Amino acid sequence: MHALTCFRVFYFLRMMMTTGSGLREVRKVASGEKVVEVIDLASAFEDDGLPELAGVNLQINAGEIVSLVGPSGCGKSTLLRLIAGVLRPIAGEIKVFGENKIPGWTRLSLVPQDALLLPWRTVLDNVRLPLELSAGKKKDTYLKAREALALANLTGVEDKYPHQLSGGMKQRAALARALVGQARLLLLDEPFAALDAITRSQLHLELLRIWERTGITVLLVTHNIFEAVFLSHRVLVMREKPGRVIGEIRVDLGFPRTLKLVGTTEFSRLVGQVQELLEEGWGEEACREEQGVKVL
Amino acid sequence: MSGRARGKSALKSVMSRYYEYFLLPVGIAGFLYLWQYLSGFYDPFILPSPRLVWERSLEFFNQPQLFFMHFLTTLGEAGGGFCLGALSALPVSYFLAKKPVLERLLTPYFVGIQAVPIVALAPLLVIWFGFGIVSKVLVAALITFFSVLTTGIAGLRSTDPRLRELLAIMGATKWQIFFKLEFPSALPYIFSGLRLGGALAVIGAVSGEFAGAGKGLGYIVNFARGSFDTPLLFAAIIALAVLGIGFYLLFFIAEYLAIPWKRKR
Repeated sequence: MHALTCFRVFYFLRMMMTTGSGLREVRKVASGEKVVEVIDLASAFEDDGLPELAGVNLQINAGEIVSLVGPSGCGKSTLLRLIAGVLRPIAGEIKVFGENKIPGWTRLSLVPQDALLLPWRTVLDNVRLPLELSAGKKKDTYLKAREALALANLTGVEDKYPHQLSGGMKQRAALARALVGQARLLLLDEPFAALDAITRSQLHLELLRIWERTGITVLLVTHNIFEAVFLSHRVLVMREKPGRVIGEIRVDLGFPRTLKLVGTTEFSRLVGQVQELLEEGWGEEACREEQGVKVL
Repeated sequence: MSGRARGKSALKSVMSRYYEYFLLPVGIAGFLYLWQYLSGFYDPFILPSPRLVWERSLEFFNQPQLFFMHFLTTLGEAGGGFCLGALSALPVSYFLAKKPVLERLLTPYFVGIQAVPIVALAPLLVIWFGFGIVSKVLVAALITFFSVLTTGIAGLRSTDPRLRELLAIMGATKWQIFFKLEFPSALPYIFSGLRLGGALAVIGAVSGEFAGAGKGLGYIVNFARGSFDTPLLFAAIIALAVLGIGFYLLFFIAEYLAIPWKRKR
């Protein structure tokens, strides 16, 4: 009867001891599989008569880390919500894992900007929440939540309430919650924006470590260009009014990455490229303004 | 010099840590002393001394059953009315929070009923439901109902829409969103409504007793007024204050237990 429990404990301990291969073998993904496919997407019209997003095209392959950068108000977060399935597009198509339906937490999960932990639940119960919704209070869910917390490197605070945690710990808890269902697609909505620089760097490395371990596909929305280049395989640059993807920078810096990378010329060059692409987006805007076209 | 300063600050820190425990008894003693002092200047008919009030209440309530009968009557009316009002307000507030049209339709009536002083409504309820305990329970229920209803609606509307979205992504059903998100986030609001409702329920019960009753603390107040028995009036006022403080403490403790994440840190 306790065989399963014993196995889980053993598995858990092994995972904690062997920093590395723990989950990777479990979730080997077929390379080249398209995890997200967005085709000619347009979102609902806003008050100014323009859709927030129009003509958005993008593709994310399995095991990739892709960043979306763009000026605030370009609809990055809206795009994430569309992919997550909480908003409906007015035109175009979104396929997640090749399907049109809403994926569910065991396939797609999200880390929001402000962690968004439920204040009346302890850290462990917050992490367990997605499992609790489908499986109730089974013992298994506690075990998996502890595993996820260990994976996000947040232990010893299971019984604390969110208000007792620092900003970085809250984000780690939100990350653990996103990992608890072993989702294959992780959406990150500016999860590091509210953190101080040192904590942010720590979490960057943490994310890369988790990615190496699990091979999870990551879509990161950010307005921090350094962050985007440091973490990603590809950086997609967006412009606003209406929001769409105007270009892509491939970051062929290899893995694993360390903070030393930030000082290299190659890194600076890539940051410069992203910057240029962003400015092109603003340029178009400026031109329209000069020609007397009403810019809304 | 530094040693002396340190000694002083140690005493200060003890004082500052525990002063709140001294504050209450010292305050009560001071209040009683002031009362006793002031009562020396007036006729007992205007301001009886605390000792006189104490003696008069012992005299009146010399049979303990009589005292408890009046006290418990008001307590039962207020408590029963409170439970009835609060329990019926919660589901109603859920529907009104979910259906703004319904709320807009009913708001004029709610505002109207709330705008009328409860002392004016109490006689009506006494006419309809008699001089017994039922009419008082209903007055208390009515006044509790609206205070819990308004805070309940505000609480259920206070849910963070981003959290609602997050739970939707997790695949939560409508009921799961209610029990795991909407209800807990409304709890602090609901408790402030319950606290207010508890205090108002006592007022409602006494208003009902004023409008016509044969027992209860409101009846004692009426009786004492009729016979110009000021010490007895004071005794009834103090009993009512104790009742109100009791209700307040009850909700204070309940809130402390039910909302651990809002405790002072």
